[in-house]
Amino acid sequence: MPLQLRTTDTLSEAAALLASERAARFLGGGTLLMRAVNEGDVSFSVIVRTRDPAFARMRTAGTRIELGAGVRMAQILASRDLAFLHPAARAIGGPAVRSMATIGGNLFAEHPYGDFTVALLALDARVQLASSLGVRELALEEFLRARGRSERVLVSGVSFERPADPSAFRFHKMTRTHPKGAAVLTIAALVPLIGGRIVGARVAYGAMAPTPMRARAVERALEGRPLTAEGIAAAVAVAAEGTDPPTDALASSWYRRRVIGVMLRRLLLGET
Amino acid sequence: MATAVEFTLNGNAVAAIAEPGETLLSVLRNRLGDTSPKAGCLQGTCGACTVLVDGEPVLSCLLLADAAAGRHVETVRGLAQGPQLHPLQEAFMERFAAQCGFCTPGMLMAAKALLDHNRNPTRAEVIEAISGNVCRCTGYLPIIEAILEAARRLSARG
Amino acid sequence: MRIRKEMFADERRDDLVLIGKPIRRQDIEGHVTGRTQFFDDHLVPGLLHIRCVRSSEHHARIRAVDTREAERVAGVRRILRYADLPKKAHNILTIFNFGIDDEPALADGKVRYRGEPIVAIVAESLRAADEAVAKVRVDYEPLPAVFDVEEALKPDAPLVNEYIGRNWFRYWGDYDCQQIRFGDVEAGFRQADLVIEGRYQMSPIEHAPLETNGCIVVPGEDGRFTVYTCTQGLHFSLDNVAAQLKLDTNRLHFIGGTVGGGFGGKVDTVVEPLAVLAAMLTGRPVRYVFSRAEEMQVSSPRGAERVYITDGVTRDGRILARKIVHYHDAGAYSRLSTYGTIKSAAHHPGPYYIPNVWVDSFCVFTNRTPSSAMRGFGVTGGDFALESHMDVVARAIGMDPLEFRIKNAYRDGDMKAHRKLTEGAALIECIQVAAELAHWPLSEEARRASSRIGGGGERAQIPPTPKARTRLAEPRARSAALEARRTAAAGPSRAITPPPAWTGGGEPTAGRERVEAERLRTAEPSAPPEQRPPEPPRPTHSHGALRFSSVFGSRRR
Repeated sequence: MPLQLRTTDTLSEAAALLASERAARFLGGGTLLMRAVNEGDVSFSVIVRTRDPAFARMRTAGTRIELGAGVRMAQILASRDLAFLHPAARAIGGPAVRSMATIGGNLFAEHPYGDFTVALLALDARVQLASSLGVRELALEEFLRARGRSERVLVSGVSFERPADPSAFRFHKMTRTHPKGAAVLTIAALVPLIGGRIVGARVAYGAMAPTPMRARAVERALEGRPLTAEGIAAAVAVAAEGTDPPTDALASSWYRRRVIGVMLRRLLLGET
Repeated sequence: MATAVEFTLNGNAVAAIAEPGETLLSVLRNRLGDTSPKAGCLQGTCGACTVLVDGEPVLSCLLLADAAAGRHVETVRGLAQGPQLHPLQEAFMERFAAQCGFCTPGMLMAAKALLDHNRNPTRAEVIEAISGNVCRCTGYLPIIEAILEAARRLSARG
Repeated sequence: MRIRKEMFADERRDDLVLIGKPIRRQDIEGHVTGRTQFFDDHLVPGLLHIRCVRSSEHHARIRAVDTREAERVAGVRRILRYADLPKKAHNILTIFNFGIDDEPALADGKVRYRGEPIVAIVAESLRAADEAVAKVRVDYEPLPAVFDVEEALKPDAPLVNEYIGRNWFRYWGDYDCQQIRFGDVEAGFRQADLVIEGRYQMSPIEHAPLETNGCIVVPGEDGRFTVYTCTQGLHFSLDNVAAQLKLDTNRLHFIGGTVGGGFGGKVDTVVEPLAVLAAMLTGRPVRYVFSRAEEMQVSSPRGAERVYITDGVTRDGRILARKIVHYHDAGAYSRLSTYGTIKSAAHHPGPYYIPNVWVDSFCVFTNRTPSSAMRGFGVTGGDFALESHMDVVARAIGMDPLEFRIKNAYRDGDMKAHRKLTEGAALIECIQVAAELAHWPLSEEARRASSRIGGGGERAQIPPTPKARTRLAEPRARSAALEARRTAAAGPSRAITPPPAWTGGGEPTAGRERVEAERLRTAEPSAPPEQRPPEPPRPTHSHGALRFSSVFGSRRR
């Protein structure tokens, strides 16, 4: 069946279309969906998109940052308020990809992609899902757990707390090719210090499991410790705990497990 | 249902029919006859289809044609001013920055996007600017050198 | 760039017009203005598009292909099948009377690698073709598959390619490998202070040109077909399409010469035959272009190569004997691997004077993607192994790796294992310059060495060479008939497994070394040396090996 294109005025209309048409997929920036079209994916025949201004809205001034799912990586990079997220946005493709790719789309990007989602996971972001009944919210971690089960949910936006100290947020993507390549692995970490001790650490990995994941064992081992080589040693020792990294053309599962601790140590000590 | 799309291509108003789901790359090549952007991967990974839309580099293989409606599209065909080549084109010729030539149009447009905003890029900025463009023949060094050389000429020109 | 005029000064001319001077490419203005026309830049209205249904199995018999639903997809104009092929199997070298027609353009009832085309959908749009592909049902009966060259050579290995009849290519009618015999390697090993073995493995490499393989075919009113193509060998491809479709060559007009990256990956002439056939059967212009995924998965890569090298050396760094067993993984079909194997044998034992050399180069069939040409195929893999092994041996005898190379490098007047005298050698000088640029200290002796001194004399002689032909055991299932033929042709044979089996364990790792002189000394009692060196084997039928380079030597990109 030839492709059909539906453009809605509101997110809820788009959500309703997606819910009612099995053959419908939502188009954000196009870097995933149009790729599927070009590669002969005939599992869908309706492309849904929206001109709802809420889809691309950015609220970046306050302590709670709210981003529409249609916000593009280039817009993140153009925002001074979001400077702490620039390394994560810059990790996505080259400039042309970044002027198209959206943060909402990144939530659906399959391994080895989805590096921005790793950053959002370390920020404990919440995901807004649009439906014809309104918007409901859930934790990003929960969203990722359910991601494979339906491609026809519509993410309308994400929100997260701005880190009180932007330097407490760290991001590193390890690649085989430079300056750009798909991830061997990606780490995002929020390590706030109070009185020289880590309080409320959050560490997220990309390419260490089928979807981006939180490294709970590492977080526990960092709690209350100073951000020094000795302080983080216990966390580095358990870096691979709970991971289930894939083997692909970039790296083996064995290698990813082997190197995650090294990269985590470098990231936490500012050696990347 | 096919729709008409109107936009500006290299300064000229153009109109073309686009099928639903048809990309800007397909409209440029098959309907407007501008074959300078190339289909290298159709996945967004090679950059050979890079064109500028309102000054920003985009992958025309992944952009629906009607997303360009009412906007300014630039391709390599519009780089030269009459017989006068753009400094990027001159530098690419002099520095042997093309071998098979298939990546060249995308490479030039990615470089133009950089130089339009930044006349004095560092080497690292040049590398970043073409980081989404793959060249399988020459390697990247002559391309980087050519872009830096073009930047010098443009800033000397003021 | 700097030309070292002080070296070989008497051979240098200073009145050269181009060498050493910058020059502008003739096609670069087209490249930078976007005016260069690649095959896909020829805009043809009313195109039909081809997409192939490809095997999901590595090795399987096809019980049935059900295309009924696919035929009903709107826009599908034709489905090409094996039955439509004018010539049922083909190899691109048989137009030179070399090799065996061993590959059907569409599956002949069996698939031999994953991604092999089974039927080709010809449709009004790629979308329609893709939909039809998704609706074709193929009923496979999976067969045991073999992915390793040495496994494939065992008598009970599954037979990959029935056209070939065994899992290796037989050269010149009667040789199980392309072989070199020069001197007596076993005697060399006995004289050596150390015998050092290495096993080297190279993975397949995909060319990944930015422009994927493709062509556009336009039928003309005069019965001719205009073919816009990315091929690297325009006339070679034209001849092959004519042969494969049983057309006179004057029915084909090939337009090309502008290749969006080739590197050897655009000589196999894989897309043109089906596209011309589709144009013949539909009367419509047809476009057949590999998707990126197809380019990566099914276009032929540089093949995997496995090389065993055994060197006998003296403590002071002289290589006395070198034995090489080289396996080319051709994948499921010959393509150009039969020729790549010849090239590897022609390149061994590397640019060194070694008085005793044994080379066996096998072209082996496995259920992997057919491999083919890529930038010095056969040579590059061999060099990787040879130069890795040079480092291993240098380390084993405690010698500087560059000094070790200079000591053994060819000098003018040396007899090569291929029975040609060395002339114009310059390896020593290259190493000296490289060492200087890298600030790598060389001894006075190495610095004074010259390609012009020390060669010839005794080193110009062809040493007494025992006859020894390597024979592989025939596949068990088919051995009876072949055995009879072989016995008649060659007399009693012995089945040997030529490589020293690797027992080091673990993953194959380049540069693993093992000093095992004892076992090698008793491995193979050598026949008494003949007084005269044997004549080089004569081909049993005419062949075009010498012409290959003129085909593939043009337009390397």
